[in-house]
Parts: sequence; structure tokens; C-alpha cells
Amino acid sequence: MSASSSPKTPEEVRQRAAVADNRRRRKARSAPRQWRRRGLMAAYIVFVLLPVYWLLNMSFQSNNEILGGLTLWPENFTVEHYAKILTNSSWYMGYINSITYVLMNMLISIVVALPAAYAFSRYQFIGDKHLFFWLLTNLMAPPAVFLLPYFQLYYTVGLFDTHVAVALAHCLFNIPLAVWILEGFMSGVPKEIDETAFIDGYSFPRFFVKIFIPMISSGIGVTLFFLFMFSWVELLLASTLTSTGAQPIASVMTQTKGASGIDWGTLAAAGTLTILPGIVVVYFVRNHIAKGFALGRT
Amino acid sequence: MNKVYNNRAWWLILPMLLLVAFSAVIPLMTVVNYSVQDVFDANTRFFTGTEWFKEMLNDPALQAAVLRQFAFSLTILAIEVPLGIGIALIMPKKGWQASAALILVTMPLLIPWNVVGSIWQIFTRGDIGLMGWSLRELGYGYNITSNPVDAWATIILMDVWHWTSLIALLCYSGLRSIPDAYYQAARIDRASKWAVFRYIQLPKLTNVLVIGVLLRFMHSFMIYAEPFVLTGGGPGSSTTFLSQSLTTMAIGQQDLGPSAAFSLIYFLIILLVTWVFYTAIMNMQKDNNKGA
Repeated sequence: MSASSSPKTPEEVRQRAAVADNRRRRKARSAPRQWRRRGLMAAYIVFVLLPVYWLLNMSFQSNNEILGGLTLWPENFTVEHYAKILTNSSWYMGYINSITYVLMNMLISIVVALPAAYAFSRYQFIGDKHLFFWLLTNLMAPPAVFLLPYFQLYYTVGLFDTHVAVALAHCLFNIPLAVWILEGFMSGVPKEIDETAFIDGYSFPRFFVKIFIPMISSGIGVTLFFLFMFSWVELLLASTLTSTGAQPIASVMTQTKGASGIDWGTLAAAGTLTILPGIVVVYFVRNHIAKGFALGRT
Repeated sequence: MNKVYNNRAWWLILPMLLLVAFSAVIPLMTVVNYSVQDVFDANTRFFTGTEWFKEMLNDPALQAAVLRQFAFSLTILAIEVPLGIGIALIMPKKGWQASAALILVTMPLLIPWNVVGSIWQIFTRGDIGLMGWSLRELGYGYNITSNPVDAWATIILMDVWHWTSLIALLCYSGLRSIPDAYYQAARIDRASKWAVFRYIQLPKLTNVLVIGVLLRFMHSFMIYAEPFVLTGGGPGSSTTFLSQSLTTMAIGQQDLGPSAAFSLIYFLIILLVTWVFYTAIMNMQKDNNKGA
């Protein structure tokens, strides 16, 4: 029965009327509730945005205006701080360095995590549970603990101050994370698919690349999002393992502390620019977040 | 799922194992090595056994840091978990509002941690920060560099700002996986809003909440950059958490032995708590499998 067709029996007429009535009543009752809901949500969003707005506000003010008094919006709008960052190679190289090691880390992590996660989700083997727990413990390892040994290790093998050093160091927590997330998604794929493919004569590598990976592509998307997130925001290891050649933007930002105090405007502009890549990434994965954020474990 | 017993699966794990071992096992062995020795320079070192561990465990400054750390982690969990569930429940579910809300809510998670510190440093300064300035205009002598209560409140507010989104997004995606039929059944039964939450939504959220609490506990226990930038650990040492104590000791003072011993104790505490969580998750999954 479609909604557009006209009712044929008296009973149907009564039924329709009851449904419409019910709907109207529910709407009237829930309208204030709807508005309260929206109000609370708006309040939270304002809470999230306010500090970021303040950063943005400062990045468009000259240092004199910032220190001269509190202004709620930039009265003398200036882009001098952004110009300074985008024309000075010691500044913009910081962004390039950060993005370089983040991308390297994402690539390394996902390539080694995919087969490992498959093994954990499909097979039992000697020591599997202990190995999985050991992996998770690396996720918990405080970077501060590894600071000194990392410095010495990478210095010894000649990787100090390279992008590879930071990318490898971030593997400490990113590979376990990737294995953990992917394992959840892979366990959601029925095993019959694997068996059918093998019966059809697929070799393991071909099955994995042609059939399995496309099936968990949204899981891979979510995993990459998390890998990006944790590598991009980490500072302690990244700044310890680099000096000038591969310095991440986060440690370039400490330059703003000069002899004459902190250069607030430039600090704010640099901070604003670090937020942008994150927003771009979220925009691309926004449709997967809703489902995928539960890491395949609902 | 019934898993096949096959030890050849080790081959699939091997590359991952080598990489993680390189970045975890070798450094950890170095730490263990330092923790039982007194290192003067490259060639002079003495075996000290458990001396450093005893010293660290009896150090009042570190005991205080451990207590502060637990107080901090438990406080932010107590605030962020209920708040995150609440946000997840009121987030719009479709249309452009849903996309916009998702992007805005996710944003704090993707800001580098030291930038989060800088944002809040700028925001809370009494002279140029909106929050600091407003509070002073309202007549409250807000000052995070001299008043420990203000410093604590600000750090907790900052962490709530930074990380509530994680819990909210996890719960949001947990809620999205509940079939409509459940809600329809509840409507037929005339279930109250509370009953719907208690008996339909919350049980579905347990799994994601365990993940959320686990991640939040771990990260709050390692918190370093945000308070370091915002308060520098002060006033005094009232906001000096474990990571910062450790970094000061290892890099600042170059006390290799004691800081290595401290590292291991620190790691063991996290490990112990994690083990409890992990066992809980595993048992829960077992129960779920039994139920299904």
C-alpha cells in the first residue's frame, strides 16, 4: 500500500487518520525537546570552536594590536604572519617535513599491519594471544620512556635527523593500533569468502589484493585516519629524533620564543596552519567515521 | 569465528614483528640495561642491581607525581565519558548538519598536542586571552601561573575540550549500529526515554566504551605536551605529571640509571591497568559469543 493511493475501505480511512493524528501529536510534543537538543549541541560546538576562533583571531592581528588590548575580532586585518611563514623556508619546511614522515609512517604501518591483522583474525597459532597483548602494550608505552634509547639507537644506525627515523619511531604505537583496528574489521568478513576464493583457484596474494582488501576498504580508510591522527599530533619523539634536516613544524614553533618575548601572531598563524591538514582529512573520511569509528567492534 | 590452527600464520606476522621489535624491544632492552647500572661515561659503569628501583620507589616527588597522575586520569575519565555519551546522543543523525557536526567535533583530535597547549595558553592568558580576560573582568583573580587550583581546572578543561570528541565519536558510531526495529519495539512497549537508553543504547555502547576508556586512560597517563606548554608543570610542581618528571630527569639532568628505573616502573603501572582492561574485554567478547 503506497501513501499516495486513496483509501478504499472505511477502515483504511480511519487507520490513516489515526496515523496522521499520532504523527502530529508526537511532533507537537517533541518540538521543545528538539530545540533543547539543538541548543545543547550548539553549546558544545561553541565550546569546541571558541579557543580555535581565538587562535584564528590572533593570527590576523599585528603583534601591536594583540598586546595593545583585547579585541574580539581583528580590527586591522593583516596576513603578515602567514606571509612570514609561507615565504621563510625554515618555517614552511617544517610542514613539509611533518607531512613527509606522517605519510611514510602511514605507508609502512598499513603495509605490515594488513597481513598481520589477517593472521590474527583467521588463524590460531602458538602464542597468538600473548603476541596480541604484547602488541597492545606497545600502544601503551609512554614515548617519554623511549626517548633516550631511541635517540641513541637512531644515532648509532645513522638515521638521526631523517624522516625515516621519525616514521619508524611512530611505528611503535601506530603498527599495533593498525593491527588492532584492522583485526576488528577483518573479523567482520565471513570466512566462507576466503574459502570460496581458494576453491576457485586464487593464490593467497592474489586473493588478498583482489578480493579481501576491497572488501574492507572502509576499514582501511578508518585505519589510515587513525594513523594520520596519531603520527601528526605526536611531538615528543618527532622533535627528539630530528635537529634541522627533518624538523617537524611542532618544534619549529618553539622559535617564536625570542629575546623580546613570544611572537604571538606568528605562533597563532603557525598553529592555525597545523589544524588545516586535519580538517582536510576529516572532510574526506566524514562518511566513514559514523560507521567505522567503532573500529568494527559493535 | 572458528579459527584454523596453522602455525604458518607466523609468516604473515613476521614483517610486523621485526619492525615493532626494532622500535620497541631494542630500546626497551637499553632501558633495562641502564636501570641496573650506574653509568659515568662510555667506558665506566657499575652494576647496581635494584638500587635505582628502591631509590625511585621511595622518592617523595615521584610518589606525588604518581598520585597526581591517577587523580588527573580518573577526573578526566569521570567527566569525559558521561559527557561524550551525552554528545553522541544529541548529535544530528542526517543531512548537512550531521556532516558539519562530525567535522567540527573531530577537529580537536587532529590538532598537534603542543598546538593544543599553545591554543589554551593564548586563550587563558589574563591580558590577551578571551577566557582569562573575561574571568578577570568578572572579578575572579584567575591566574594559572600562581594558583594551582586554576592551573588544574584549566588543564582538565583543556583535556575535556581535546578528548571528549573521541568518546563522543566512538559512541556515535556505536549508536548508529542499532537497528531501527529496536526503537520501534520500544515505542510499542511505550518505553520511557530512560528505559530506551538503559536497555537498548547503553548495552550496545559497552564495547565501544571499553575501547574509549582504554584509549583515554592510556593517553591521559602519558600526557606531556599540553600541560608542558600551558603551565610548564607549575605553579611549583602542582601540574607536573609522570612524563614530564621523566623527561626532565632523563634529558635535563642526564640521570640515566634512575630515569631508566623510573621508566620501567611507569611502564609497569600502565601495563597492569591495561592488563585488567584487556582481560575484561576478552571476557566480555566471550560472553557475547555465548549469547549469540
